[in-house]
Amino acid sequence: MNSTVAEPIVAARGIHKHFGHLHVLKGVDLEVAERELVFVIGPSGSGKSTLLRCLNRLEEPSAGNITVAGIDMLDPRTDINHARQHIGMVFQSFNLYPHMTALGNVMLALRKVAGKSRTEAEKLAQAALERVGLADRADHRPAELSGGQQQRVAIARAIALEPRVMLFDEPTSALDPELVGSVLAVMRSLRESGMTMIVVSHEMGFARAAADRVVFMDHGLIVEQGPPAQIFESPAHERTRAFIGQIRQH
Amino acid sequence: MSAWDRFLKTFFNTEVMAKYLPDILQGMVVTIELALLIVVSGIGAGLVLALIRSLAIRPVNWLIIFVVDLFRSLPPLVIIVLIYFGLPAAGISASAFVSTWLSLSLVLMSFAEEIFWAGITSISRGQWEAARSTGLSFGQTLFNVILPQALRLTVAPLTNRTIAITKGTALGTVVALHEILGMASSAVSNSYNPSPLMMAAAAYLVLFLPVVVGARWIEARFAWKR
Amino acid sequence: MEEIVQSFFNAEIAQAAMPIVLAGLLNTVLLSLLVVPLGLIGGLILALLAQVKGPLVRWALISWVDFFRAFPPLVLLILLFAGLPFAGLELSGFACVAIAFFLNTGAYYGEILRAGIDSIPRGQVEAARSTGLSGLQTMTWVVLPQAVRNVLPDLLSNTLEVVKLTSLGSVVAVPELLFQARQAQSVTYNPTPIVMAAVIYFLILWPVVRLLSRLENRASAGRA
Repeated sequence: MNSTVAEPIVAARGIHKHFGHLHVLKGVDLEVAERELVFVIGPSGSGKSTLLRCLNRLEEPSAGNITVAGIDMLDPRTDINHARQHIGMVFQSFNLYPHMTALGNVMLALRKVAGKSRTEAEKLAQAALERVGLADRADHRPAELSGGQQQRVAIARAIALEPRVMLFDEPTSALDPELVGSVLAVMRSLRESGMTMIVVSHEMGFARAAADRVVFMDHGLIVEQGPPAQIFESPAHERTRAFIGQIRQH
Repeated sequence: MSAWDRFLKTFFNTEVMAKYLPDILQGMVVTIELALLIVVSGIGAGLVLALIRSLAIRPVNWLIIFVVDLFRSLPPLVIIVLIYFGLPAAGISASAFVSTWLSLSLVLMSFAEEIFWAGITSISRGQWEAARSTGLSFGQTLFNVILPQALRLTVAPLTNRTIAITKGTALGTVVALHEILGMASSAVSNSYNPSPLMMAAAAYLVLFLPVVVGARWIEARFAWKR
Repeated sequence: MEEIVQSFFNAEIAQAAMPIVLAGLLNTVLLSLLVVPLGLIGGLILALLAQVKGPLVRWALISWVDFFRAFPPLVLLILLFAGLPFAGLELSGFACVAIAFFLNTGAYYGEILRAGIDSIPRGQVEAARSTGLSGLQTMTWVVLPQAVRNVLPDLLSNTLEVVKLTSLGSVVAVPELLFQARQAQSVTYNPTPIVMAAVIYFLILWPVVRLLSRLENRASAGRA
């Protein structure tokens, strides 16, 4: 692993997040190198999704520093909308715009944020749909697509903006088991193209095969991290061991 | 003369009807003008208020909620009477037309704001988050992603409410507005014959029945299909 | 400023007008207690008739409801009050209000109740009938209670409109709140009594409006 050598593309330091009285993140440090795929696991309520949502400031951290691709995300002078087009995000519930076609979903930010012309946006959107294997579904509305197809359109919507980093928030949790594979296949091909990815997910098989590093979070802190083999086979902490044991049973 | 003939001669007296037809038609023009103005200003103002409310500025929202609640609580006739008889005492005189237009616009504005707001808040958080995560600004998200979905939800309730409120133009009679009912009422007392009232009833049906039937069609068409 | 207070919030006039206005409030409450049940009964009749399948009944009901949705209630009221005497039938303003509301608000309540009944799955009826309940018993004990619960916000919203609509009684000399306030205004040449009426309406109906907003927001949160 060369993540210590190169300047990290994502650097979050001392991240705290409070929701009212709830202290959800208690000082998390996370660095991600370019082209690295980091897998974040942990029990529900451990703060992993919140951490992900802090990275593109969908949640406002209560304290800490975040730099993504050299941009200070928490600086009030930062144009957050401009910064966000370089950080793709994929949601558990897809969140496709139901009133637009698949192509329209992908084109919207290309037109409004990246300022592309209609024809260029259409070309880029079509290419993005091609990458997720849905070129022939461009004119379909979300309601006419399967869950797996919807999630692939959502991935196309993010990658069309040519992000430097992709955030995946439990991308397969809402899918029927037989549809998970198609989404993971797209994620794998993204990985092979060299995309930097941070993935919150319970897909252990995928983590084992594709992740460079697995991060285990519990109670708002990173408990331990390391290569997948190490975390899954010989975790150092009791809590990690218990969690891995639990998900193995399923 | 049979009872039926007497009935016809009383309620559908052709002579009286012919004489007062121009008056009723004139009243229809006033009703149509008034109704269209109320629809434009009421729904327009309601949408603007809902958009301002989405900015979530606390004191501003409290004010909006109070105004909207006020005009939803007061009977429209009370508002019309208050504006028409009240404003001159404050040194502002408003004609019957202006009083009725202003009152019903305020009422429609308030109901429309509530309907638009309910539509906006019914769109899931995930839609906002997905759009913002691709770099769309608050305004771009509101206009390109949220409103198109929200407006669809509002079509049916808004249509029904708009019909109910624009029908209220008849209330203008109380402040001597020369719309259909007002014209008919004075015709009845002048001719001492109820036929003008029957014409007025027919005039309202001619104006509003197509709208009601259209609303039924819209309701079926815009029912949210998932 | 002084002038506005003198005109709209004149304490002296308010004091003098108070008994007149309060008498009106009492009548508004009584009138509401009469016309809301009347409208509900009318609506229930329509909703039950709508359960009779067949194109003729269906079209007759749709025509009936659409007619009253298109017809301004004030016009209906004037028609009864000023028109019927020509047919030799002279009704009091109070009776005219009762009839007009039975017809007009009945149509609205009918639409709401019908939608509520339609929202109950067929299986409920089948289950009830399979235990030996009659059609009427099934409607009374199984379908209607659920239907009413499903459309409670709409029923409440319509009831709010009905109570506001009782102000139309003032046009046919029913001594309800607005009528009394206008009487007091015409005697005193000062709009303070009308402001009083408005304040009373607001104080009584505001809680209902708040509640309705709450219910609406909860419904939309449920959808999200």
